[in-house]
Amino acid sequence: MENGILARRRRELITGAVVLAALAVLPLPIADVYTRNLIIITLLFAGLAQAWNILGGYCGQISLGHALYFGAGAYVATLLFVNAGFPPLIGMFVGGAVGGLLALLVGWPCFRLSGHYYAIATVVVGEIGYLLFLNWDYVGGATGVYVPFKGDSWLALQFKTQKLPYHYVTLAFAAAAWFAAWLIEGSRWGFAWRAVRDDVVAARSLGVRVFASKMAAAAISGFFTGLGGAIFAQYVGYIDPESVLGGQFSILIALPAVLGGVGTLWGPVVGAAVLMPVSELSRSYLGGSGRGFDLMLYGALIVVVALARPQGLVSLLGRRRERARAA
Amino acid sequence: MLRIEGLSAAYRGLKALQGVSMEVRKGEIVAVVGANGAGKSTLLKSIAGQVATEGEIVFDGASLRRVAAHDIARRGVCLVPEGRRLFPRLSVEDNLRLGAYARRGEANRFKPLDFVFTLFPRLKERLGQRAETLSGGEQQMLAIGRALMTQPRLLMLDEPSQGIMPRLVDDILAAITRIRDTGVTVLLVEQRLAEALEISDRAYVLQTGRVVMSGAAADIAADSAVRQAYLGL
Repeated sequence: MENGILARRRRELITGAVVLAALAVLPLPIADVYTRNLIIITLLFAGLAQAWNILGGYCGQISLGHALYFGAGAYVATLLFVNAGFPPLIGMFVGGAVGGLLALLVGWPCFRLSGHYYAIATVVVGEIGYLLFLNWDYVGGATGVYVPFKGDSWLALQFKTQKLPYHYVTLAFAAAAWFAAWLIEGSRWGFAWRAVRDDVVAARSLGVRVFASKMAAAAISGFFTGLGGAIFAQYVGYIDPESVLGGQFSILIALPAVLGGVGTLWGPVVGAAVLMPVSELSRSYLGGSGRGFDLMLYGALIVVVALARPQGLVSLLGRRRERARAA
Repeated sequence: MLRIEGLSAAYRGLKALQGVSMEVRKGEIVAVVGANGAGKSTLLKSIAGQVATEGEIVFDGASLRRVAAHDIARRGVCLVPEGRRLFPRLSVEDNLRLGAYARRGEANRFKPLDFVFTLFPRLKERLGQRAETLSGGEQQMLAIGRALMTQPRLLMLDEPSQGIMPRLVDDILAAITRIRDTGVTVLLVEQRLAEALEISDRAYVLQTGRVVMSGAAADIAADSAVRQAYLGL
């Protein structure tokens, strides 16, 4: 049994390394700034969706308040940079840590609820975070915070004219989130979390600490979401509550995983690779007149996938493999 | 090994167990029998820490009062619940691994696997299959196999023959005897009275949450008055 699992895990890791290598060279022949931006956003959301997947997919705790951790990471790293000159390359990890800590604080009361009640509670907590930042002068209130440009620097994660460094930063972020999910999937924790997702009573009867499992999943998920928020802030150069803490953002973080396949390694990546181009292209082609159209497309895609492939797009790959094996 | 004194439990004010006292000795198969609603499943859930109770439950000399369900499992008490409660989306292999992962140490974690496959060779054939796609009998085999992977000292089985083809019931009951032979103590709740009493050393008869009779399983099986009065047979 162990040999088969080790072989499967090794195959996944090799596939991950091949995809990573392909994505590392992908932008080199692309000179177009728009396309490079599209890839960067896709990678960022692949990482964010994977972060959400760690809690929502593997542990089955459907969070609709992840914008709180994302926003917290963005604000913490940015304010550390603006007010204390703390380099964002390090500050983003502080942002991630704050995201993880917030996820624990939210989880402490909310994990006592289950199913839909937990999801509703996270919506409420996310809205509270949004309103708090909107009315908090120290963090710029509704005006938000500009990230001052201090010259091209890896420490500051600032590159005025180049997109390539951001490509590698977001690729490293997405790869780290994927690798964390890979580690979790094969670990004792990963098994415990999936047990919690499928049947809490059965999990307990096998010795699984249900509450601790949820908290651990939330902390890791919150950390990576906060990390993504900090990277996003440096990339766009400006944050306000609407752009990083809005309720819609929580949905956007979860959607790629839902579309691609929750509780799978590649679901969030595949979901982001489909959704982000759809979103960006519909926005750029339709402009202001198509505002919200991307969300309509999202909705339509989710409905189609939910009806045709409830396990997500990534399950199509599994079906192709099965067919090839049968042939 | 397990001593229960004055155990009471209630669901929303409705008394399911009323002052139940019993004992299970090491290496025994003890059957708990009774009509529907007698409190048999509640008794197992109470021991597993899944139901709030009053009274004393002592396992291997230590009280299980105020011990969380997951800690009770880690002490070696494993419940195979009614309806199996497998992890449907996980494969047979992953369900078994989950049982093994309940143990903290790395060493010998998968030691019971060979025994599980000896007991239930079908599980080995269906290793990569999702649990939800198995037949009722295979699911029960997996539920018992998963519990064995936790290396329990007390295995509690709630209606293991429920929803299973008659042909497979004998296999399951034979497997329970073989499990006992490896030194695992078994507490069995079973509707199929004759079969349950046949493989058990002792039995307790529950009626409306109270123990109304206990003794050697063979004696209870032989007593037609008892069968008629308490078991509706």
